[in-house]
Order: sequence, then C-alpha cells, then structure tokens
Amino acid sequence: MTEATTDAATPSIEEAREQAKEAAEETTGKATETTAASADRLVIDGVELTSRLIMGTGGAPSLDGLGAALLASGTELTTVAMRRYSPAEAGSLFQLLLDHNIRVLPNTAGCFTARDAVMTAELAREALETDWVKLEVIADEHTLLPDAVELVDATEQLVNRGFKVFAYTNDDPVLALRLENLGATAVMPLGSPIGTGLGILNPHNIELIVSRASVPVVLDAGIGTASDAALAMELGCDAVLLATAVTRAQNPALMGEAFKHAVIAGRLAKAAGRIPRREHALASSAMEGRAEFL
Amino acid sequence: MNITLNGNVHPVGAGASVTTLVSDVTGRKLAANGQAADGQRLGVAVARNSEVVPRSQWHSTALAEGDEIELVTAVQGG
Repeated sequence: MTEATTDAATPSIEEAREQAKEAAEETTGKATETTAASADRLVIDGVELTSRLIMGTGGAPSLDGLGAALLASGTELTTVAMRRYSPAEAGSLFQLLLDHNIRVLPNTAGCFTARDAVMTAELAREALETDWVKLEVIADEHTLLPDAVELVDATEQLVNRGFKVFAYTNDDPVLALRLENLGATAVMPLGSPIGTGLGILNPHNIELIVSRASVPVVLDAGIGTASDAALAMELGCDAVLLATAVTRAQNPALMGEAFKHAVIAGRLAKAAGRIPRREHALASSAMEGRAEFL
Repeated sequence: MNITLNGNVHPVGAGASVTTLVSDVTGRKLAANGQAADGQRLGVAVARNSEVVPRSQWHSTALAEGDEIELVTAVQGG
C-alpha cells in the first residue's frame, strides 16, 4: 500500500496559519502577519511541498526560458519525459532541475501499453533515482486520452514493483477510485485533453473525485490560463499540474508567476468557503436610515 | 563487434561492458558501482534486449554481438 499522506492528516489552512504565527512570534518576539498560504503544505509520500503547482517541461522553446518560467512559477516538483540519450543535449534539463532544487517526476508519456509504461518507469527509476512516476498510458495520438484498461493494469504492476504512482486519469470518479484502491499515491484527473487549453470541462466530476478520494487529487491537463487553475483548487484539488499553458504562453515566465498566484488564490478561496449562489440580488447596504428627498 | 545503440549500429571493442559503453557515449568516467566518478548525478539508464540493467550491474554485464541497447535520459516533457 501507498504511504501517501492526505490532506486529512495535514493541518488545515487555519491551523497552519496559527502555527506559522506562533513560530514567527517565537523567533522575532512579536506578532507577525503570516500568510496562510505560506504555511499550507501538500504532503505526498511523506514529502512536504509548499507549492501546489506541479509543472511540466514540455513545449518550451529554450532551456533558459524554461528555467526562468519554472523559477517564476515557484514549483517544487516538475515532470520530465524519458527519451533516447543524445550527446548534443546531454543531461542539461536534469541538471537544470538539480540546480534549482526542483524534485523530478518522470512520466511515461508516449506509452500506449502497460508493458511500455512499466519499462519506461523502470528506466526512469534507474536514471533519476526516484520511485515516483507520473503514469501516462494513452489510447491514441489524436486524443491523448488515457486508456483506462492499460492504466489500471500498469498501476497494479507498478505499485507491486514499489513505485509511487501518480496516475494520470480520465475525469471518471469510478476509475479514480479504482486507481486509489490499487495503491496509487495520487490520482490526476484531466480537466480536458492534453494541450487543448479548454480548462475544466466537467467540474462536477472533479468535485466528485475529490469528495471520495483519500489520496491527493491533482488536476492534470487542459489548463489554459490562471483562472482554470484557480477553479481546480476551488473544486478541492490538492494541486495542479500543467505545462503547455506556461511553456507556450507568449511570456512563459509571466504566466508561470500568474499560475503561482492562481493556485494559492484558489486554495485560499476553497478554505475560506464561498458564498452560496442566489437567484436574486441581495443588498449589502442596509435599506434602513436612508435620507429622504421630497 | 557491433551492437545496436538507440536504433543505430554501434561498434564496441571486444570485452566491452555496459560501463565501457555508457562512459564512451556520455564522456563521463564511471566508478565500478555505476555512479559518475565526479560525484555528480549521471541521469541515464540502460536497457539491454528489453531488460533494464541496474546501474550496479553495468560493470559486470558484458556486451555481446547484436545486443539491442537503449540508453535513455530525462528530456522535456509532460
């Protein structure tokens, strides 16, 4: 079974805010304003992450630009793909992530079968010395949608081999629960197909997945702009994973920063509790005591 | 003798091990345990005839004529 710790075991935002305040008071001797966000941690497989933004690295035109965007986004966990070694670009991306102290999450992108995904995960574990893997088993190149049957098979095999499986899945509450029960460390439902930027097409399903999950839920794929990421967090997701929305933005570093704030804002809004939607207007100024004009 | 490295024919010396090959291709000196001698992370993995060869076994794994070797590393993606 997975050792993943869920949010249930981590402090709530309010508790985290109090703890941070107390810690700050102890060190400075006076009350300090601490933001709730800075003390709110995501814990996955015993690893604490301050940032709830997981970045991908695909689609960036240059390594320098990618580095700037990753830094601006504040991400602490970033996906990479495994491909044939080419002396020309040897190790530069891996080194970039090491230099910036960003944890690596290898993926199995491009795999169509459980067999290929397991093989790719094994190679990634050897190469990058991590047992974390973003499991991606796609059905076809046109939709890039997960193949549920192969995904379930691969999850079971990888969990048995000791991997911590971050399962990229359809926005299907039944499948998400299946993957969790097989031992997935995190489930990562798509908002919409990879690279489309269509946002979250079925927010109801995402909410349903969140409400039944006891492992972290990461909204993965389809994010177009900052408000999509904020919505994912408002729906209760524990984190957001995106690549294209930043790497192919006109200004990737600026968009990276936008997402950093969007994820924090959405997380805070979820914790704060939004007002209910109403059919009719509700005045926020009192009607009593108005001046009368004859 | 010739092996296939990442889909291309690749000549290697007689008695070459996986360590020899990885060191030649990456230009990095390797210790017997498969780690880079400079102490930095190497970031590559090897599959031989569709089986992953653990780093610790690179040194003791001799290459044979016609071996299909995949040498992979992390690139941008996902």
